[in-house]
Amino acid sequence: MTTTNKTRLVVIGNGMAGMRTLEELLKLAPDMYDVTVFGAEPHGNYNRILLSPVLAGEMTIRDIMLNDVDWYAQNGITLHLNKTVTRIDRARRKVIADDGTEADYDRLLLATGSNPVMLPVPGIDLHGVVAYRDIKDTDEMIEAASRYRHAVVIGGGLLGLEAANGLRLRGMDVTVVHLMPWLMERQLDRTAANLLQQSLEAKGLKFKLEKQTAELVAGESGRVSAIKFKDGETLPADLVVMAVGIRPNTGLAEAAGLHCDRGVVVDDTMQTYDPRIYAVGECVSHRGIAYGLVAPLFEQAKVCANHLAQLGISRYTGSVTSTKLKVTGIDLFSAGDFIGGEGAEEIVLSDPSCGVYKKLVVKQDKIVGSVLYGDTADGSWYFQLLRDGQNIRELRGRLMSGQSHLGNSGHQGQNNAASMPDDMEVCGCNGVCKGTIVKAIKEKGLFTLNDVRKHTKASASCGSCTGLVEQILASTVGGAYQPADVSRKPLCGCTDYTHEEVRKAIIERKLKSIPEAMGFFEWRNVNGCASCRPALNYYLLCAWPHDYIDDPQSRFINERAHANIQKDGTYSVIPRIYGGVTTPAQLKRIAEVAEKYAVPSLKLTGGQRIDLLGVKKEDLPKVWADLDMPSGFAYGKSIRTVKTCVGSEWCRFGVQDSTSLGIALEKALDRMWAPHKVKLAVSGCPRNCAEATIKDVGIVGVDSGWEIYVAGNGGIKAEVSLFLVKVKSAEEVMEYASAFIQLYREEARYLDRTVHWVQRVGMDYVKKRIVADATGRKALHERLKDALRDEKDPWQERVHGAAAREFVPIRFQPGIGSA
Amino acid sequence: MSEWIKICPLEEIPRLGSRVVQTGKGDVAVFRNGSDEVFALRDQCPHKGGPLSQGIVFDRKVTCPLHGWTVQLDSGEAVAPDCGCTHRYRARVGKGEVYLNLS
Ligand SMILES: Cc1cc2nc3c(=O)[nH]c(=O)nc-3n(C[C@H](O)[C@H](O)[C@H](O)COP(=O)(O)OP(=O)(O)OC[C@H]3O[C@@H](n4cnc5c(N)ncnc54)[C@H](O)[C@@H]3O)c2cc1C
Ligand code: HEM
Ligand code: SF4
Ligand code: FES
Repeated sequence: MTTTNKTRLVVIGNGMAGMRTLEELLKLAPDMYDVTVFGAEPHGNYNRILLSPVLAGEMTIRDIMLNDVDWYAQNGITLHLNKTVTRIDRARRKVIADDGTEADYDRLLLATGSNPVMLPVPGIDLHGVVAYRDIKDTDEMIEAASRYRHAVVIGGGLLGLEAANGLRLRGMDVTVVHLMPWLMERQLDRTAANLLQQSLEAKGLKFKLEKQTAELVAGESGRVSAIKFKDGETLPADLVVMAVGIRPNTGLAEAAGLHCDRGVVVDDTMQTYDPRIYAVGECVSHRGIAYGLVAPLFEQAKVCANHLAQLGISRYTGSVTSTKLKVTGIDLFSAGDFIGGEGAEEIVLSDPSCGVYKKLVVKQDKIVGSVLYGDTADGSWYFQLLRDGQNIRELRGRLMSGQSHLGNSGHQGQNNAASMPDDMEVCGCNGVCKGTIVKAIKEKGLFTLNDVRKHTKASASCGSCTGLVEQILASTVGGAYQPADVSRKPLCGCTDYTHEEVRKAIIERKLKSIPEAMGFFEWRNVNGCASCRPALNYYLLCAWPHDYIDDPQSRFINERAHANIQKDGTYSVIPRIYGGVTTPAQLKRIAEVAEKYAVPSLKLTGGQRIDLLGVKKEDLPKVWADLDMPSGFAYGKSIRTVKTCVGSEWCRFGVQDSTSLGIALEKALDRMWAPHKVKLAVSGCPRNCAEATIKDVGIVGVDSGWEIYVAGNGGIKAEVSLFLVKVKSAEEVMEYASAFIQLYREEARYLDRTVHWVQRVGMDYVKKRIVADATGRKALHERLKDALRDEKDPWQERVHGAAAREFVPIRFQPGIGSA
Repeated sequence: MSEWIKICPLEEIPRLGSRVVQTGKGDVAVFRNGSDEVFALRDQCPHKGGPLSQGIVFDRKVTCPLHGWTVQLDSGEAVAPDCGCTHRYRARVGKGEVYLNLS
């Protein structure tokens, strides 16, 4: 072994939380520490939650390894397997294991997990009485199932039921004994628990509720043979599985004098009372809570790694957890406070004959808990709403019918992952089947949507199958699945700061360039990455419209070249045709240009203009010069078009001049950059031929004026826009529409369409800012006008020589200038 | 028999950007990163042939404009979990000039 001067980190506990922390740490600071790991078990780190499918015979131990022994070697980690640390000497900063092995530390990480609670009844030490915690227990149960008949599982919680199901599948006669009047009382209300019990009974399990164990009785061989209850009843038992709860494993920490209170007490940085010692996982008590599911542990691991890497910026503030029972064929989901109580309302859908029960508990227009049985397709959606504390007033009527993926295109209208066969395609963009996703989740040990996206590409493109992928993930890894936290979304992997925090600082600290912003927030990668640079570029440009110098290298190619890249590397050119109204002269010019440059394809776009497709990059400036029309910005996160119908000028139904208003709007918003593309439409009467109600801003003429709708979308997931306000004049439309768009520009996250942003902040908020607050509205309108006052047409600039290098290739000429 | 050919002055390639060099072997993308290192790759993404020259450059990497693969500039290898490789050529800077070697 080599000794280095690196800081020494010792980890006690080779389980899920400890190793996840190391993985996160290696990502942040691969060379900072000399790492030593002690593990009491004789295995590498495995996915403990998948012990249930192992017991059920659906997977093998090999399938569930997360970090095998090679992983430690590859990462230069010293691994002591099968060694239990028995003492921490804080004064000398060393740990000592049962076999005498010692290791010195500069930093110590406790990740000792928890111990199963064993009931203090006579006979608890008998052969055949096991807990359900690790590979050893699982092996013992599998072995017992092959030789004995009667199993009794004490404890009708998540763990007990999964154990019972596994043993039943292995042919045992299984009875579940539970102290409480219904199963999983900490996750389920009585109705859902009854449904659950019925389906488990149909699978052959037996139940004894409200039963208290008095004694485990030994048989002739010395092995357990029966269980006796307080009321005198006895049941035969060759195997007793104790699943009555877990207790944080704090013995070691307590003996070392660390403050413990039902867990090793840590602060929001996962530090214990000894600043050299951190703790994560089930052994921890954070703000008085000890968690027993992996999702919170992963969040803790991330924060802990951040502090171990001495970045010191993230905090763990607790988790809301959800539960999913991993019993094949049973769909059960529960999260949050599902009992309700004072001030809470319940929305319930109960259809016992179909085996469906859904309950949402709502307090002050927010979901605080949910229990779903039979149909859990919307579990992750509800959980997301719950975690984000989103106001659901507008959604209320639709909540029970679920997150309508009906408007989604691209996956054959399938909405329920559970009923999909393995070979059915989930992700239409990347051609990924359900079986491929499940396999990757199991084999690669994936837990988050992002992991699945990275490894399988499922839902990585258009995202319409995200709901399906989440369901598959949730049903494969159970409660370990963690929906992304949208309320605190770091801008990208280069920083832990959120979009909102970065935007705020840009303004308050007067940051006026990308390097300044990255410097201020100590970006992890010097040049950032392809996700954050375009976002920062936009945020700076929006904050400082006249001072900021646009960084073309931080723009996606389309915005850098001011044309859309096509799959063969050529570009498309779409000039602006305001309101879709053109002239013979314009059409002739377009035709001439198309001929002159042999443009392979001309297409009328969905935005009422003409697309010249297949232009070579070198030709772009010449094509623009000859067209002599403004850029249509069809390539940008920017104003796209204002679609109009013919309107009252010609149409026999028309009541308003939609065409003129559309042209005026398109001129007012010309050259506007935004978080994402912005599309408008104006119809001259409620027949709505311009399809204004699926646009970011849609205007519909009525006899007495104009109705303004916002946050519609016609893409992957069709979203009908929401009514904002009705106004009388075209001038007012201009003001309200501009103000709405400016609010979106100032407050939405980069790459949010208006619909995503409005869904997050709520229509109430938008109305408050745009309708109720006249002064604010006028100010927003003014700010937008001001921002656009000196924007120049990018095509004309390039026609006159700007950014010439972008378009001119270099010719390779051997023979001249060789060195 | 390696032949170094002078391409252009370094300033002609934008920092964190690239230029396309048209050669007898097809288009070559010559990149300049934030530390003024230069790299040359065949201008074809290992995924579906997208023009890497048009991507966003950071560190020693470029992200392809078509479907977002990230490719290592110093090896041409796609960054995991994507998998694939594009041909790398030698490039260097000398006295403010960029040289390319296609052999
Ligand atoms: C059968 C089963 C099913 C589960 N299903 C789910 C589920 O569906 N969803 C979910 O979210 N969670 C589930 N869990 C819970 C989840 O597995 C735990 O929350 C998680 O594993 C805890 O991680 P940890 O690192 O804190 O502890 P562990 O993974 O238990 O790791 C602690 C490790 O430290 C070792 N250790 C302890 N003391 C010492 C010492 N002194 N010296 C050396 N080593 C020591 C232990 O041997 C152990 O290997 C399940 C658990 C079980 C047992
Ligand atoms: C409610 C019944 C509807 C009536 C009576 C109606 C009537 C009309 C009329 C009369 C025109 C012709 C305008 C002209 O003379 O050029 C028209 C155009 C059009 N309609 Fe409709 N329409 C109806 C619904 C729809 C719907 C539901 C859509 C699409 C969602 C639609 C899309 C269009 C389009 C795209 C045009 C061309 C508009 C243009 O040229 O600017 N219409 N409609
Ligand atoms: S929306 Fe009304 S005014 Fe416009 S074309 Fe359709 S029917 Fe005519
Ligand atoms: S061609 Fe480069 S990512 Fe697809």
